[in-house]
Amino acid sequence: MSTTLTYTSSDLAPASHARVRTTSALRAEWTKLRSVRSTAWTILALAGITLGVAAIAGSTVSSSWHTMSAFERQTFDPTGLSLRGMLFGQLVIGVLGILVMSAEYSTGTIRSTFMAVPNRSKVMLTKITTMAAVGLIVSEVLSFGAFFLGQSLLASPAPHAALSQPGVLRAVVGGGLVLTVLGLFALGLATIIRHSAAAITTYVGVLLVLPLVVQALPSSISQPVTKYLPFHISDAMTSVTHVLGSGPSLSPWTGFAVLCGYAFVALAVGMWMMVRRDA
Amino acid sequence: MIQVEGITKRYKDTVAVDDLSFEVREGVVTGFLGPNGSGKSTTMRMIMGLDAPDEGSATIDGASYHGLGLPLREVGALLEAKAIHPGRSAFNHLLFLAQTNDIPRQRVSDVLEMVGLSAVANRRVGKFSLGMGQRLGIAAALLGDPPTLLFDEPINGLDPEGILWVRNLLKGLAAEGRTVFVSSHLMSEMALTAEQLVVIGRGRLISSGSVNDFIAESSGQYVRVRSPEAQALEVLLLERGAHVVAEDDGSYSVSGLDAAAIGTVAGDAGLHLHELSPQMASLEEAFMELTRDSVEYRGHDSPHGATNGTPVSTLFPSTHSGK
Repeated sequence: MSTTLTYTSSDLAPASHARVRTTSALRAEWTKLRSVRSTAWTILALAGITLGVAAIAGSTVSSSWHTMSAFERQTFDPTGLSLRGMLFGQLVIGVLGILVMSAEYSTGTIRSTFMAVPNRSKVMLTKITTMAAVGLIVSEVLSFGAFFLGQSLLASPAPHAALSQPGVLRAVVGGGLVLTVLGLFALGLATIIRHSAAAITTYVGVLLVLPLVVQALPSSISQPVTKYLPFHISDAMTSVTHVLGSGPSLSPWTGFAVLCGYAFVALAVGMWMMVRRDA
Repeated sequence: MIQVEGITKRYKDTVAVDDLSFEVREGVVTGFLGPNGSGKSTTMRMIMGLDAPDEGSATIDGASYHGLGLPLREVGALLEAKAIHPGRSAFNHLLFLAQTNDIPRQRVSDVLEMVGLSAVANRRVGKFSLGMGQRLGIAAALLGDPPTLLFDEPINGLDPEGILWVRNLLKGLAAEGRTVFVSSHLMSEMALTAEQLVVIGRGRLISSGSVNDFIAESSGQYVRVRSPEAQALEVLLLERGAHVVAEDDGSYSVSGLDAAAIGTVAGDAGLHLHELSPQMASLEEAFMELTRDSVEYRGHDSPHGATNGTPVSTLFPSTHSGK
């Protein structure tokens, strides 16, 4: 084992005026993301659940078609059916968004990161960018994948959807966008909470438990609130003929803007805390 | 050079680091010594820009950590063993760090070679022993070939060969003109490695200077005297202001006069001496002496009973160290 340092620093240029470049920080974040197994596993789980649900829903609906009422047939939404798995996918992409940040805190890697990049806003912004890019690519591929897989397995007499029909392309593209933004919302939560389990619990609470709580309230309160829930917003986005629930919905893009607002607040608060808190 | 000026860190109702000032020079190994919980790690984290001091400042070659352009090329630090994602390989851990500071990829392989981890470069860190984790942490510190290096308890978990390796590495780095700052709670280890010492207790500076000064400064130096006419001699020594303690084995420990002066006193009075031997306190004893009042948790000899973990110091009763 070598006990002497024979390294010459000639290939390290004097760094007095250099700064950590954004592209360098992004490259490092990508290395971090791709070099842990949990990334591959969560993406695999995301693919399994979105494509799996699309396949099962698509291939079973024709056998129950004859038992459906006229109203059900009239409002049958082949697009929404194929994208139903995206609702479950929200939980999985949330786990990915949380682990990207909380794993750094729970393992202590965050201190290495901050020593290498003391500008914490830069750390946060590069993490957001990396998660947004990966989340967007994965979500859109899976959203389109789920749509085409689901449609290909739909057997007549159930009607098929095509991207050229009104609202269909919006639902498919929007499904991927909603997933991406929820991943970022989860990233923001994890930055605030810093513990994986607590962050995941909070995220699941917001997504699944909150709607149940709201539903239990008197309708004078629940009616105007329901449409602002992430679950409801995402359902409005991925449906073409919207019939879920009784209350009014926000339009798909208004809902999406609200969802972006949630993610923005979570990320901004997280970033503010990251900069202020001791690591 | 590291300069720490009046740095203070409070946690709620406790003071972890209390108005601490010292300098760490280049070219020598400086030991950072203190009992567990005395604020060493907190101080190092403040130097590295991880924790914000409530008062005071820490600079590296004149710049605060946040003012360093590509910090890994200016300072390298091993702060805690295995603070690394267990699912990531050693190579990828170093690679992402290298990428942030535009350090060539080849350097990652080089430092892994240097610390003896080349063979396990692609193994996940979760499978590493504590010693291997320490080596990886040292590799990370060396990554940017920085002129300033900090190591927090670097020999923890290392086998004897590893300990020897770290000692030589630290001395070698200092010999190259780098600033090397190493914390330890083991005085004996510092005696073998460090030339300069910064000693703290309860977040406060107790002593700083060379290792030799440190021993001299501490109250552990005395002369052991044996004499058949001990009682007559004791009277004479006390008259000259010496402090004399009778030991169980019949000898006397005399401080305040050196051996030559004691010999002269005895000779002038015609008293026989059977032993006259200067006793040098070991570093360990000097350290114990200096930090006696600032050890936060003490074992059996606690005046409040044998409960481990009871704060016993009355020096700073309200002070309590953070982690």
